[in-house]
Amino acid sequence: MDTTLKINGEERVLQADPRTSLLDALRHHLGLTGSKKGCDHGQCGACTVIVNGRRINSCLTLACMHDGDEITTVEGLGTPEALSPMQQAFVTHDGYQCGYCTPGQICSATAMLEEVAQGWPSHASADLSGGMELTDAEISERMSGNLCRCAAYPNIVDAIRDAAGKGER
Amino acid sequence: MPKDGGIGASSKRREDVRFLTGDGRYTDDINLAGQAHVHFLRSDVAHGRITSIDTSEAEAMPGVVRIFTGADFEAIGGIPCGWQITSRDGNVMQEPKHPVLAHGKVRHVGDPICAVVAETLGQARDAAEAIMVEIDELPAVIDMKKALSGDAPKVHDDLENNLCYDWGFVEENREAVDKAISEAAHVTTLELVNNRLVANPMEPRVAVGDWAKSTGDYTLYTTSQNPHVIRLLMGAFVLGIPEHKLRVVAPDVGGGFGTKIFHYAEEAFCTFAAKACRRPVKWTSTRSEAFMSDAHGRDHVTKIELALDAENNFTALRTLTHANMGAYLSTFAPSVPTWLHGTLMAGNYKTPLIYVNVKAVFTNTVPVDAYRGAGRPEATYQLERVIDKAARELGVDPVTLRRQNFITEFPYATPVAVEYDTGDYNATMDKLEEIGDFAGFEGRAEESKRRGKLRGLGINSYIEACGIAPSNLVGQLGARAGLYESATVRVNATGGLVVMTGSHSHGQGHETSFPQVISEMIGIPEDMVEIVHGDTATAPMGMGTYGSRSLAVGGSAMVRATEKIINKAKKIAAHLMEASEEDIELKDGQFSVAGTDKSVAWGDVTLAAYVPHNYPLEDIEPGLEETAFYDPANFTYPSGAYACEVELDPETGVVTIERFAAADDFGNVVNPMIVEGQVHGGIAQGIGQALLENCAYDENGQLVSATYMDYAMPRADNVPFMTVDHSCQTPCTHNPLGVKGCGEAGAIASPPTVVNAVIDALHRGGHTGIAHIDMPLTPQRVWAAMQGGSPEQGEGHGSAGARQLGA
Ligand code: FES
Ligand code: FES
Repeated sequence: MDTTLKINGEERVLQADPRTSLLDALRHHLGLTGSKKGCDHGQCGACTVIVNGRRINSCLTLACMHDGDEITTVEGLGTPEALSPMQQAFVTHDGYQCGYCTPGQICSATAMLEEVAQGWPSHASADLSGGMELTDAEISERMSGNLCRCAAYPNIVDAIRDAAGKGER
Repeated sequence: MPKDGGIGASSKRREDVRFLTGDGRYTDDINLAGQAHVHFLRSDVAHGRITSIDTSEAEAMPGVVRIFTGADFEAIGGIPCGWQITSRDGNVMQEPKHPVLAHGKVRHVGDPICAVVAETLGQARDAAEAIMVEIDELPAVIDMKKALSGDAPKVHDDLENNLCYDWGFVEENREAVDKAISEAAHVTTLELVNNRLVANPMEPRVAVGDWAKSTGDYTLYTTSQNPHVIRLLMGAFVLGIPEHKLRVVAPDVGGGFGTKIFHYAEEAFCTFAAKACRRPVKWTSTRSEAFMSDAHGRDHVTKIELALDAENNFTALRTLTHANMGAYLSTFAPSVPTWLHGTLMAGNYKTPLIYVNVKAVFTNTVPVDAYRGAGRPEATYQLERVIDKAARELGVDPVTLRRQNFITEFPYATPVAVEYDTGDYNATMDKLEEIGDFAGFEGRAEESKRRGKLRGLGINSYIEACGIAPSNLVGQLGARAGLYESATVRVNATGGLVVMTGSHSHGQGHETSFPQVISEMIGIPEDMVEIVHGDTATAPMGMGTYGSRSLAVGGSAMVRATEKIINKAKKIAAHLMEASEEDIELKDGQFSVAGTDKSVAWGDVTLAAYVPHNYPLEDIEPGLEETAFYDPANFTYPSGAYACEVELDPETGVVTIERFAAADDFGNVVNPMIVEGQVHGGIAQGIGQALLENCAYDENGQLVSATYMDYAMPRADNVPFMTVDHSCQTPCTHNPLGVKGCGEAGAIASPPTVVNAVIDALHRGGHTGIAHIDMPLTPQRVWAAMQGGSPEQGEGHGSAGARQLGA
């Protein structure tokens, strides 16, 4: 069946079995291999992409459910010549090692800052009515869906602080 | 002043742009024209006899190309084991055959029985469901103790029993150790489990096999830490393909941690099937498949006894370890509980008498092999836990007891056959006391108490043997391979360099740190150097990356090759400047004649090498390319001291890590930023082992922790901020860079540090009866211990149901 997806600002028509996950559609049908598969079960975050401004695990959703949706993958965030602020912060703070979880971390972190800006509370937020402080605990909690076995976690938190304009720890 | 280039600079990673923009090229990103997909039908029982396999219905299903069973591999070699151990009685270990696809019997959950090759993965999976396999289920041996009892079912019918080997080290010390222990003023005994872990690199394993009709050449793309080793093992021992007809490529690899060292059946299958099916065959592991087919780590059960004299000097040490091998011998499995473990039992201490006995056991579980640290974490854990217990029993400060027994003179020959070349254990301990702010601990403990929490401080000192290894030595110890490393340095006419190294980077940042070394040696910018690795078609025969060996061994090979380049370039420069070769100096990319103002640039010399118009052709060849193989003279011995402060909630048993400090001595450091990341990663994995992770089997051999919902991986909110320091540097004395290796330190040193801290917190809270809790220290286990229950017998204990062993 045909599904029209707006991926990284470009309209793409997908022809695939309706059981195709968004992740497999990106990787196998659309040639966008930046998003990674670490578990295919929504348990690791390697496949995180941004759909209509919200981060989701692309392995847990079917591509055909996203007809007309705006999808941003890591390929759409920045280019080698012009890295996004989050990508730049990962360079500055050495926020990765093997790089496999990194596309998911970057998409997740980018959308996460947006959630904070919009005042969505998390499990770590002291005040549920919004306006939370972007503490390390807040960042770690909000990023806890993105596994990194290389455990670049401390540097990822630093990178996110930096990208959010929170300065050095 | 921090440097901005060369050795010692925190150069930013050059893999950055590729990885951060989604442009990395990992094995699963490779798709070959016409490729078919394979799905493995795996055993869902731990032990059984295959009575029949009927593939007829499946074969007729849409898209099926071919279905393979064990019978297709009868004429082919098994998956080989690369290390042979000799038992105390002089017999070599029992070594079972490890077929590519199960034949006759299945021996663990996940053992592959059939392989379905189809046009799409979905079709392969559907067809696999239509295969009728009949298995007569046999009782499974999971518990190591039961596996060794006389009436235990045998994992391998053709072996005598389930004992792989019974290793004694150093056998000649045995009686003296027994005597010293029986005569000691004090003996501290501890029994413990080193829990079974799964390495879990975020990238699952992938293999793509390809075969060219016209030439008969094979190519395997695989997620490997050592493509040359795979080429050798698979080519020579399994498929009988000579190396010149087999190319193995390991492109970007998403983490390894040991588990991607080994040669796996799926690699051999895809390579074999590519020819059999006349088209490329691809396999990508699912996460659950990874849990039941990637080699696991650890799984030791140990009894350790430490003898002390009346002045608290360590006088003898005796251990008995049962090491789980799983159902088959993985590539380096036999070496882990023996040479990578027994030789480290001296730790940082001058204990004069040591005896280590290791019984390796076959069970119906996934094979166990090296995982980050491999053997050395097991040694450190036992030693540092028993020393802590001894300090508590004797009422002495744990730091003082350690310092009193530290080795302080180097080189030091231990009673377990290794010679530490250099180190300064008091220096790292001093540094630790400073960065861990030991002075402020009591205040913080008071503050925790006011909030109803128990705070504890755990410390540890460690040593590891890295940079493996001198080939002649490991050959004597049973290795069936040499452990040198290689590098080819190719200088181009315009002065840029390409280094083809046998080391493999899967997160270690070689593309960044290796050029720093060359930049320092020649005095040219780092971006004039490119690192090529991971392809047997380009790099010379190399042994790959594990055992923290890349810089110490691979980097040394690169230095040797670069020295040859510089020597030749000096000859050319001497000719160009009509000077004597002995007077030529190289600095900042300029060759000059000592005592004159004559000079010629690096680029002019490299150009002359390839455009040899004015060139000493009678003395030297044109071109500028050199290869070196470096075989180390000894292991390297990184060491250090770690401290952890935990807070324990007595209401729930929940442990949180409040502070963590690491003072490491890695010798010289090339890129401090990369070293810091490596230490963070190792510590996080060690914390995972100590508090979260456990690979568990039930008594029937079902793997009950085969997803991330059941196997607790450390997440961002479990990993504390850490203070890491590597300013204490005693450079390695036998490699040209003076480096020791940093990749495994964190995973080796942190588990006992965390457990010591929790036990300390419990004792401070009045729970003085709790001498030990087995890892992982989950809230449930801690809470049960506090209620007076048996902390060792927590559920989900996996194969360490053999806990009673040695009791
Ligand atoms: S691959 Fe989607 S969460 Fe792991
Ligand atoms: S960088 Fe390797 S898994 Fe995150």
